[in-house]
Amino acid sequence: MRLRKVADRGVRGIFMANAVFSAVVLLGILAFLLLYGVRTFSGTSVLKFLSGTVWNPDAYGEPSYGLLPLLLGTLASTAIALIIAIPLGVASAVFISERLKGWVRVTVKTLVELFAGFPSVVLGFFGLVVLAPLIARIFHVPSGLNLLNAGVLLGLMSLPTIISVADDALRVVPHSYREAAYALGATPWTTAIRIVLPAARSGILAAIMLGFGRAVGETMVVLMVAGNAALMPKSLFDPVRTITSTIAIELGESAFGDTHFYSLFALGFVLFLLALATNLVAESLIRREKRSFTL
Amino acid sequence: MDAIGTSSPARKLRRRRFGDNAGFVLLAVPLAVFVLFILYMFFYLFRNGLGVINWQFLTQAPTKGMTEGGIWPCIVGTVLVTFVSLVFSVPVGIFAAIYLSEYAPANFLTRAIRSAIRSLAGIPSIVYGLFGVALFVTGLKFGLSILSSGLTLGLMNLPWIIATAEEAINAIPGSFREGALALGATKWEAIRHNVLPYAFPGILTGVLLAVARTLGETAPILFTGVTYYTRTIPTSLTQKFMALPYHLFTLATQHDQISTVRPIAFGTALVLLVFVLAFDAVAFVIRLRVAGTNKWQV
Repeated sequence: MRLRKVADRGVRGIFMANAVFSAVVLLGILAFLLLYGVRTFSGTSVLKFLSGTVWNPDAYGEPSYGLLPLLLGTLASTAIALIIAIPLGVASAVFISERLKGWVRVTVKTLVELFAGFPSVVLGFFGLVVLAPLIARIFHVPSGLNLLNAGVLLGLMSLPTIISVADDALRVVPHSYREAAYALGATPWTTAIRIVLPAARSGILAAIMLGFGRAVGETMVVLMVAGNAALMPKSLFDPVRTITSTIAIELGESAFGDTHFYSLFALGFVLFLLALATNLVAESLIRREKRSFTL
Repeated sequence: MDAIGTSSPARKLRRRRFGDNAGFVLLAVPLAVFVLFILYMFFYLFRNGLGVINWQFLTQAPTKGMTEGGIWPCIVGTVLVTFVSLVFSVPVGIFAAIYLSEYAPANFLTRAIRSAIRSLAGIPSIVYGLFGVALFVTGLKFGLSILSSGLTLGLMNLPWIIATAEEAINAIPGSFREGALALGATKWEAIRHNVLPYAFPGILTGVLLAVARTLGETAPILFTGVTYYTRTIPTSLTQKFMALPYHLFTLATQHDQISTVRPIAFGTALVLLVFVLAFDAVAFVIRLRVAGTNKWQV
């Protein structure tokens, strides 16, 4: 009898240790990014890193570590992604949640989920062999490996996230909201657009935030189709370099322990903060929506 | 004077119905375009890749600067790192999920743990790659190896496994536990005999989905052990390895004869895709069957 109680306590301890360990991974990542990232600033200043407009760590004589062109590349490609994915994603989610039932709903959701787990390197390859020639032909530009291509693919990649989270947000809107609207003579369309969608707005916003996070953090797709010139982008058809692809390109080239190597961890820290902020805001938005429906 | 059938309220009603349907049709268009795009992409990759794949392609190593031969070492490498990642993340993830769903008190610490794990799921995969370089490759001196890459991937899929396992365990009704507790079982005995067996299909679904996504990940292995070419398939966990996603990446963008190796790239993409789809498909089938048989979830 005693033994069973001891065993009971023991397994609880083991389970708790694993949960705590999993959470501590986040702190571990943060610690390493900080530890290595700050060493960048023995070779350059924080101000130069944050406000520099040139990223050229290999420059002979004076290498420059300016975050701005990379941050701009990330934000520009993500902006295009969201311009595409927000209307398409929210419209799709409303249709799925308010109109689809039974096996059609299951099939569509399964297909969307399948695409969410689609290997990004294969999507990048598709962008390289299909989308790039198409963009070059339609817009008469020499290369289809540019901001537009990356933005379109990132938009497609963030669609499943936006659709799933927005669909969840719409489905937690209580049925009584819809019934009340019908009772007042509203049509299903009016109900969906004027009642259900506004009621789910925090959750929809969370979906958009998570879609943003997905696009900001994607590496392989932008590495393969964005053209990778670390310049300030001026048009849709300029090649761009994002924060993620810079890390992917240069980590192999930099020598362990020099400023260049550490600067990539500083870039990683910027990505980490972007992702963490996005996630925490999205999480609180989802909580807020759920809370607004419980009396 | 209007006849009854064309009286103005009836006409108004018809117009509203039409507007209603038109609105939803408009919403269906983007979804239809997206679904068609997904289907077209599968079709395109299958059409271009299928002709390349044969027994030799699957079982031979690349030869002549990768312009000929197969992708066997990449298949082996991908399977190995994914396996290593699961050896780490499946037990840790399931234990953590059991704690969070069965034991964790509703307090600040629990909220912090949950929030941290959820945040982990949103950290970009390349950041896991940086962490892997710092901790496993240089810090713990595992070097560029299957072990370093596998553990990096394991940290990355850990939050996915925790999330789905917790959901699966939460779906089991409280009465299952109470029945065992009423008969004198300890809490752990109740969980072990009356909860975990019923949560198992749900947990398995989550693991399979995690496997599918891990197979295709490239960024975390990029600097932790994957390599362009190895002459032999790896015999220990401390060796470098080739992997399907990285092989596709090099063939597509880094190779000096990109057009010559394009068919091999298509073949590699298709093999990777089939691996991923196979795990996804099994996961979806299990999930559907669980939804169909779990009567308590009504």
